[in-house]
Amino acid sequence: METPAISSRRAGDVLETWNGEAVDRAAIPVVPIARFRALVLGVLRAGGRLSALFGREEDGGVVLTAVLADDPEGRLGLVSARVGASYPALSSEAPAAQAFEREIAEQLGVVPEGHPWLKPLRFEPQRRAAPDAFGRKDPRATIPGEYPFFAVEGEEVHEVAVGPVHAGVIEPGHFRFQCHGERVFHLEIVLGYQHRGAEALLRGGPGRRSVAVAESIAGDTAVGHALAYVKGLESLAGATPPARALALRGVALELERVANHVGDLGALANDVGFLPTASYCGALRADFLNASAELCGSRFGRGLLVPGGVRFDLGAEEARALGARVRASWEKARAAASLLLEAPSARARFEGTGTVTREVAAELGLVGPAARASGLDRDVRRDHAFGIYRFVHVPVTTADSGDVLARALVRFLECERSVEFTAGQLEHLPGGDVGAAPGPLAPDALVVTLVEGWRGEIAHVAATDAAGRLATYKVKDPSFHNWMGLAMALRDGQISDFPLCNKSFNLSYAGHDL
Amino acid sequence: MIDILKFRLGYGRQTVAWPDGPPRFPARFRGRPVLDPARCGDGCAACADACPTEAIRDAGRPSMAVDLGRCLFCPDCAAACPSGAIRLGHDHRLASRSREALVVSGDQPLLADALGAELRRTLGRSLKLRQVSAGGCNGCEAELNASGNIQFDAGRFGIQFVASPRHADGIVVTGPVSENMALALRKTWEAVPPPRVVIAVGACAISGGPFRGSPVVQDGAAPALNGVPVDLWIPGCPPHPITFLDGLLRLLGRLGPRDGAPAAPRT
Repeated sequence: METPAISSRRAGDVLETWNGEAVDRAAIPVVPIARFRALVLGVLRAGGRLSALFGREEDGGVVLTAVLADDPEGRLGLVSARVGASYPALSSEAPAAQAFEREIAEQLGVVPEGHPWLKPLRFEPQRRAAPDAFGRKDPRATIPGEYPFFAVEGEEVHEVAVGPVHAGVIEPGHFRFQCHGERVFHLEIVLGYQHRGAEALLRGGPGRRSVAVAESIAGDTAVGHALAYVKGLESLAGATPPARALALRGVALELERVANHVGDLGALANDVGFLPTASYCGALRADFLNASAELCGSRFGRGLLVPGGVRFDLGAEEARALGARVRASWEKARAAASLLLEAPSARARFEGTGTVTREVAAELGLVGPAARASGLDRDVRRDHAFGIYRFVHVPVTTADSGDVLARALVRFLECERSVEFTAGQLEHLPGGDVGAAPGPLAPDALVVTLVEGWRGEIAHVAATDAAGRLATYKVKDPSFHNWMGLAMALRDGQISDFPLCNKSFNLSYAGHDL
Repeated sequence: MIDILKFRLGYGRQTVAWPDGPPRFPARFRGRPVLDPARCGDGCAACADACPTEAIRDAGRPSMAVDLGRCLFCPDCAAACPSGAIRLGHDHRLASRSREALVVSGDQPLLADALGAELRRTLGRSLKLRQVSAGGCNGCEAELNASGNIQFDAGRFGIQFVASPRHADGIVVTGPVSENMALALRKTWEAVPPPRVVIAVGACAISGGPFRGSPVVQDGAAPALNGVPVDLWIPGCPPHPITFLDGLLRLLGRLGPRDGAPAAPRT
């Protein structure tokens, strides 16, 4: 078996790579922490992004690795640093790092000194023998929320606690509001209830259960996460799926996007009591789920993706019929959503509600429709094009008001573009077969795969050991960045607007908690 | 307003004909696995070797069976089988009152038994449920939400999800029950006034699903609610809304053996 080509391009102290390119693990520069910090902060100041930041144990110590993204150039950068029991936090200067550094502290017992919000992130067991970074007596016995909440004191200030079990059929999380009357001073979001150990199950793989685990990281993003997973394996094995498989993967990813956006437009309508759109979009979402099922038997695209390609193909007539059906469904969904977006009463509730300014969105490193609604022009499908998106471009939609209306409009327009792309692909599928199993993975290699899921950038980092097994597996769901965006959207808003704001983001609890 | 009314007129009836007629599924829908061990090659266990969740027992032997409580209804076993001895059928009816009955062989429909007459009388014509997602990935949750939309319209059967456990007749558990949700799940169950039912939905809540064996989950509702009987198991990853409703309606004794059966296989 031929060894796949492994890149090692150095640019100063950073290893340059791009989306889905396998690199030699040993080529990632390990620099002193002061240099690491300066590099990462410099990139963020210059408008770059932190796609991932993670730690792993090595020779009793901890090695941090940052994945830096240069969107306009479509480049990624990798840099590492070895740290001891503590290091000077990045978050004190770069809020975008806050959740990553809490995750590292929790998993590895390394204290980011000067972190402004050093609290457990998902209440998972530590991965290495070291003192608890948060000074808890019995970390294993604590459950989410067992820590001092940020509290506002004063006359007529009151606290509202919601969750983990919510009123609807929703995943669990805890929301703690500090309010003065209706006005929200501060919202603290506590997650971790959903922690199932997904990364640990992927380490040591690939195994027969791996794709099912990847599909279950966030069940509403089964295609997005499974795609990031199989893409990583293919890169490590030096395999390229055939064009027909790439096109069908794109179709599945866009159907997932449209189904979720249409469902959420209905849910937004429900939250302002605009019932026609609520009930129509709830049912029309099913048209797009059922289109996925026509392709692969599962309404959520489960079972479609396999390393090397896709498992299901469509005949020429089936593909054309499915394309026509997707177009027809969107005609109906567009009309149903337009009722909402054109109703002055509904627009009035959306306008100016839950605003996240462009500056805040950039500082927090928001991704996906939440970022684009605040004027940040970023989309992995264009900036770090992969698979079919290297050949066929989906125009990026942005808005600038950063409120619920902007998030609704961005999602509405994204549906329009996704449907155009999906139907176009189905009408002109490339010929050929849909894939073959890739060979063994290259040893001691690492790959970063980015996918634009419907919530934004999904990042998976896979690294192999000397035997070609997955030694490190890091998953980052877009929600990991965006939960803090929701908290900021509520600041100085009305507590009664929370359901509406929450739905406009519709973040993943499972994807965050892993 | 005129536009809304015009749209409504053009939109027509959305609710599915089921259970008065057969349900309609896409041609590639994957329902209950159908086994024919007579076709198995000598000593072949390709299906069991491919299965992500070790759901297949006695592969290649006449006693071959699939544990639907573990099954993800993925295409892996059928794709691995060289002889067509295992395939995913079209039958959406998967629910059972007993965990053991989820281990199926051959091609027999699985129909859940009804609750006792006394409990059914207490429930009357309504069933209010409190849902607890305990590590659910939002797949099962999405399908449970869909069961209440205008297509599947659980409300027409008096079935509804309610906000408070105090208003509920039982709980519906999804997810493998993460360690971090075990206490909240127990407390929610305790808050439901008896008599109360417990319904486990999806492979995760039945067996841990793809997360079975992870040290931070409890492998489903039964181990997590230790000592509390589970009244209904509804397999799937996730179960289709009609599979969910089939289970509930049979639990309530509202469907006869032939009601809501799948249509004759398409050719």
